[in-house]
Amino acid sequence: MTQASWAYTDTVKEHFMNPRNILMDEDGYKEDGKGVTGNVKCGDEMIVVIKVDKEKGIIADCKWKTFGCASAIASTSVLSEMVKGMKLDDAYNLSAKDINRELGGLPDHKVHCSVLGDKALRMAINDYYVRNGMEGKIKKEEERVVCKCMNVTDQEIEHAVLEGARTFYELQEMTKVGTGCGECEQEVTQLLEAYKTKHFCEV
Amino acid sequence: MSPKEIYMDNNATTPIHPEVKKVMIETMDVFGNPSSLHASGRQARQLVEEAREEVASFIGASPEEIMFAGSGSEANNTVLSAVTCQRKQCAYHQEGVNEIITSTIEHPCVLEASKCLQERGVNVLYLGVDEYGKVSLEQLRDLLTERTGLVSVMMANNEIGTVQDIKGIAEIVHERGAVFHTDAVQAVGKIPVNVRELDVDFLTLSGHKMYGPKGIGALYVKKDAPFCPLIRGGHQERGRRAGTENTLGIIGLGKAIEMRSQEMKSDEKHLLELKAALKKGIEENIPDVLFVGHPTDCLPNTLNVSFEGAEGEAIILYLDLEGIAVSTGSACASGSLDPSHVILAIGLPAECAHGSIRISLGRENTMEEIAYMIDVFPRVIGKIRDMSTVYKRRLQ
Repeated sequence: MTQASWAYTDTVKEHFMNPRNILMDEDGYKEDGKGVTGNVKCGDEMIVVIKVDKEKGIIADCKWKTFGCASAIASTSVLSEMVKGMKLDDAYNLSAKDINRELGGLPDHKVHCSVLGDKALRMAINDYYVRNGMEGKIKKEEERVVCKCMNVTDQEIEHAVLEGARTFYELQEMTKVGTGCGECEQEVTQLLEAYKTKHFCEV
Repeated sequence: MSPKEIYMDNNATTPIHPEVKKVMIETMDVFGNPSSLHASGRQARQLVEEAREEVASFIGASPEEIMFAGSGSEANNTVLSAVTCQRKQCAYHQEGVNEIITSTIEHPCVLEASKCLQERGVNVLYLGVDEYGKVSLEQLRDLLTERTGLVSVMMANNEIGTVQDIKGIAEIVHERGAVFHTDAVQAVGKIPVNVRELDVDFLTLSGHKMYGPKGIGALYVKKDAPFCPLIRGGHQERGRRAGTENTLGIIGLGKAIEMRSQEMKSDEKHLLELKAALKKGIEENIPDVLFVGHPTDCLPNTLNVSFEGAEGEAIILYLDLEGIAVSTGSACASGSLDPSHVILAIGLPAECAHGSIRISLGRENTMEEIAYMIDVFPRVIGKIRDMSTVYKRRLQ
């Protein structure tokens, strides 16, 4: 009989087994920006810290730690490698989709676990701006347009989830998201899961 | 030692007993319909009835009190769904009786069936549990009224192994004239169960939790207990469950039970030794652990442990990579982020419910495997704690 394969890709497995850039010395690490997201009570929490090369405006170092599952561990490990040497703006615009592509994909039901890392990264970048008097550069999370055809932002999706949307179809009904070219479906589904977790994780 | 796979998830399912496998292969050609009158039917009928006798005698019942079902879940649903029967001629129907009592730590098949009953207008009350997972007999007394038709409390919990005082519960339930069902899927085959001594009206058991095949369960229905079938349209199982019998499954269950009656006692000793060694090994090698469940009233094979600051799915998958199969109560791995309802019910914080691991041993496990486990476990937990946002102890 053959050995059943893992639900995760080899890349996920490799990063899970050997996670990169773990923040071992939280107190001693002189970070330039820090982001904390998630909630232990909901089953996952993420801390991402960055050091910034201020002259070049690039991320010089990125470390993280988590109380999270395999996909949270693997996706943040990959993310921490991807963003080193990356311009702050580019790093900010990385989406869970970009990370999943790097990982070779995650099982659908585990995607929501992987959005913590990039969210904490964006918070860390914003934190860097605050610490350096660059508030003007802060981008509000909720300003991000997810569906370009219907001009629907993630804030509107979050609102719809709070209003009771639980499926992509219900989101479409309520916001018209994804009713144009439909290219955003995967990302919207990820956001849907993330917001469901954020707001409706029963504790 | 480089093990191929160490299977320690026997509360999920068990490997099939070699003797069961042998008998099932031998009887694979018995194709007759047990309801047929001809020789081939009679042959199947005989094997089914022999298995029924085996099951009955193991739990102290009469053969006619045993109904075979497709699973433990089906048997549980059969009992619960009967409560809603509104037909005047149904044995279950009683004017003014429209309430059931169950516990907060039942298997999902009982909890979901109860939820469905609630939606159909049945009042469902839930017994809470203490820090060890025991239901309170006092609370049961308080909740029982003349409206209560059925009480359903599991004998042994699948996640933490806590064994309830079923006899005490049955006594109280019967004092109030209600009917008592116990889901004993995890208990039968691991600890002695006698329906007469316990004085239960219904009891559920399942084949694949005791080294038998999957897809076969049984329900003990006490003689003269009110009954209403879930599946209609055939006279099989004394009209309690329509559908041609799963002959091979029933034969396998019968054999599994026969093996249990021979091996349960020695297995119990073996399992208790393994469990004690595992618990000691964890205690001595890993700080900040919490053992969940009742210290003595517990299944001999089940050890539930929570590791502070370590998330359950990560533990499961790191152990999987080391060839060890255990499970988590939390359902994150299976697609939802809900923490274990059992761990929450006993009052532990949600982070414990996300990080508790169920190790359920079986008759094939060895002391060498426990030693390997104790060698691997501290490394895995240490690795997860190193990257944990919650665990701070290493800084000291």
